[in-house]
Amino acid sequence: MLDLGRLGFSEEQADLLEVATRFCRERSPISKVRSLMLEETGFDTDLWTEIAALGWLGIAIPEAYGGSGLTLAETVPIVEQMGRRLLASPFVPTTLAAQTILAGGTEAQKEALLPRIAQGARATLALAEPDGDWRLEQMTSLAEDRPDGRIALSGEKRFVLDAGAAEILIVSVRRHGEPQLALLEASDLPTGALRREIVIDETRRSFALSLDGVVISASALFDPARVRAALDHVHLAANLLSAAEMSGGALAAIEYTVDYARTRKQFGKLIGSYQAVKHPLVDAYVRYEQARSHLYSAAHCFSEQGAGEIAVRMARIQTETVFAYAADRSIQFHGGFGFTYDCDAQLYRRRALWNASQNGDAIYHRRRLASLIF
Amino acid sequence: MTTTADPKDLKAFAADADAWFRENVVADPGFMLPLTFMEVGTDQQFHFLRDWQNKVYEAGYLGASWPKEYGGGGLPQAFQAEATRAMRRHNGPIMLNAIGLNWTGPLLLDIGSEEHRKRFIRGILSAEDIWCQGFSEPENGSDLGNAQTRAVRDGDSFVVNGSKIWTTLGRYARYMILLARTDPDASRKYDGLSFFLAPMKIEGVETRPIRKLTGEHGFTQTFFTDARIPAHDLIGTEGGGWKVAMRTLEYERGARGGQAGGYVSVDTDAFAVLGLARSMMRDGAPALEDPAIRDRMLDFLMEIQSQTLCRQRLAVAPLNAERPSALPLSSKLIGTEFVRRINEFAVTLTGMKGGYYVGEPEAINAGLWPRAYLNAFSATIGGGTSQIQHNIIGEHVLGLPKS
Ligand SMILES: Cc1cc2nc3c(=O)[nH]c(=O)nc-3n(C[C@H](O)[C@H](O)[C@H](O)COP(=O)(O)OP(=O)(O)OC[C@H]3O[C@@H](n4cnc5c(N)ncnc54)[C@H](O)[C@@H]3O)c2cc1C
Repeated sequence: MLDLGRLGFSEEQADLLEVATRFCRERSPISKVRSLMLEETGFDTDLWTEIAALGWLGIAIPEAYGGSGLTLAETVPIVEQMGRRLLASPFVPTTLAAQTILAGGTEAQKEALLPRIAQGARATLALAEPDGDWRLEQMTSLAEDRPDGRIALSGEKRFVLDAGAAEILIVSVRRHGEPQLALLEASDLPTGALRREIVIDETRRSFALSLDGVVISASALFDPARVRAALDHVHLAANLLSAAEMSGGALAAIEYTVDYARTRKQFGKLIGSYQAVKHPLVDAYVRYEQARSHLYSAAHCFSEQGAGEIAVRMARIQTETVFAYAADRSIQFHGGFGFTYDCDAQLYRRRALWNASQNGDAIYHRRRLASLIF
Repeated sequence: MTTTADPKDLKAFAADADAWFRENVVADPGFMLPLTFMEVGTDQQFHFLRDWQNKVYEAGYLGASWPKEYGGGGLPQAFQAEATRAMRRHNGPIMLNAIGLNWTGPLLLDIGSEEHRKRFIRGILSAEDIWCQGFSEPENGSDLGNAQTRAVRDGDSFVVNGSKIWTTLGRYARYMILLARTDPDASRKYDGLSFFLAPMKIEGVETRPIRKLTGEHGFTQTFFTDARIPAHDLIGTEGGGWKVAMRTLEYERGARGGQAGGYVSVDTDAFAVLGLARSMMRDGAPALEDPAIRDRMLDFLMEIQSQTLCRQRLAVAPLNAERPSALPLSSKLIGTEFVRRINEFAVTLTGMKGGYYVGEPEAINAGLWPRAYLNAFSATIGGGTSQIQHNIIGEHVLGLPKS
């Protein structure tokens, strides 16, 4: 019978879950989330320093490259709790950039960059393009060899997370007709190469990147033999971490709505006593718990051939669906207040819409999943 | 009871159990077996299943972890778990005496008297004494706390009058766990109830069969007319029946352990439904090639995987730390609604032949799917309806105010 994955939970995950639950709750209250939304960089650099000091950036980096040699599974409880508290930071893009380097970088690149990232250097991925297609190997940006041996990049990238604060960027380009990945330092970018995009999730910072005029050395190119595998790997890794964020986000949206349903009265009764409110909340909650089980199965099986991909896509579908539902109902069950900017329901709903829009939505993953299973 | 098993003994026990079930499970008894204990409708089914349970018990694979002095096997829990796994692996028929094995037995072992345990446990395991549950009444179902069947003390017995309904196995039962009102004047309706281990085969107790939506007979209505129950068969305290009833519902909803082992319903095989999607033709091609069918099939496979994962997660304490009762309390709602919907989908998959029913020689799988769908409501209604389950989860897990 087909292996659809199974749940497992390491001691390290348990420890990190406990620490991250407390850390994110204490360090990212909603008042802080809202004040960071107004700032240009969108995150707290002191908090970033703390996150680096906790060693969280090196969790999934091997010890040989300055990390702690655990796996992406151990970052899942952290990202889940960050998602729950809408904690803004470039943790996810930085973690994914490190994963991409690990999967497709040359030995020299790993040695140079991974220890830096583990220490707190911010990094990000520039993979998407203006056509908005989720297929990562579809890029039209180009890498062309120059007579001097250096390489000229051209083309446009979109949805580059936290690019304004990143030291290291990984861009996907086409070279000799084949997908390729290249490393950039922020200093390689001409002024004006980045434009901040206006995005629905105001806790996020996302950028458009123009590669025109960027010139790199050949040593900045990834190992061509491993680029496709690296792109596949980062697609799944991005979906695993997105699922983690959405699991946390769904719980937060449910808890926020439950709190209101326990305090708001109409017709002389608490609104949470009405089944038209209560039962959809229970549906959201029950589905959240199921989605969370999928998340930890995906984390556990992530590196397995076959079951890993199935489990990640399932987790992605389940968490996206329940987060959308919980946040949607959260607006409705806050009534007129739910329609306001001040009500946090909009933060969750916008976050859910953003996450659904990135790395393939549930419909996209369902199709992929169907072809894996049937 | 000891709690650790010698791994060597356990392995040998598991191997023996595996061999025993391989040898003794009858692949086809020649008639359709019920998928759950609530479906038992004919004498043929009843006797087959009673003999089967007795055989499993005699072989040592039921109640293996219940205390020896009352008729159990006296082994650690892991042994019974192995026996149940072997039973499942070889698709053994269900255990018949569900109410005894899953609710009465654990209740007696938890709070029963020594005399009760000695008198009842062995018969529960051997299926000699079938048990039924007398909670629901014609006028009081979901609102169980309002039960009105009267029990009036008279010397060393209680005299019972009233009626219980939807009594599963009522026709066959020798005993009933009965919730009756001993004090109609209690200030809270819950405080006037008491819980009895009531005999069924006595004067003043009459059962009348009720025909189910499938056309078969299943449960009964039970009438009490001046029926006398010995006072020492009241369990818990007089007026404390509600607490005992709530405890049995926790066993019933899987939120409390201690059951004898085995299973009392067959899991719906999602992969059999997948097989149906592959084999049934729809518009000139296998149904599974229809994108709409494919998408729904995918949902069901994900859902069954959700349930598997949630069961595995029960063992991972840190992942349940914030709301430990969430998974146990939601599993009934999720599981029963799933069974209802996947069987409904299976009927859809059979296309035009979804119009056939049990008895029609050309019905797909002998009419299993439509019958399973209709029978699936037994679990979305019985044991507390899905709507009531929503209330319970909302109120007890999320802390929402009472409806
Ligand atoms: C196959 C089967 C076997 C059974 N076996 C037994 C048995 O062995 N022993 C026994 O004692 N009972 C048994 N029952 C009875 C079962 O427990 C009751 O049918 C059930 O609790 C519902 O009660 P009711 O039938 O009176 O429906 P009602 O309580 O009248 O409910 C009717 C409808 O109203 C809804 N409803 C009621 N109250 C609320 C509320 N507060 N909020 C929202 N919705 C509400 C219900 O969900 C349902 O949809 C069995 C039932 C079935 C179907």
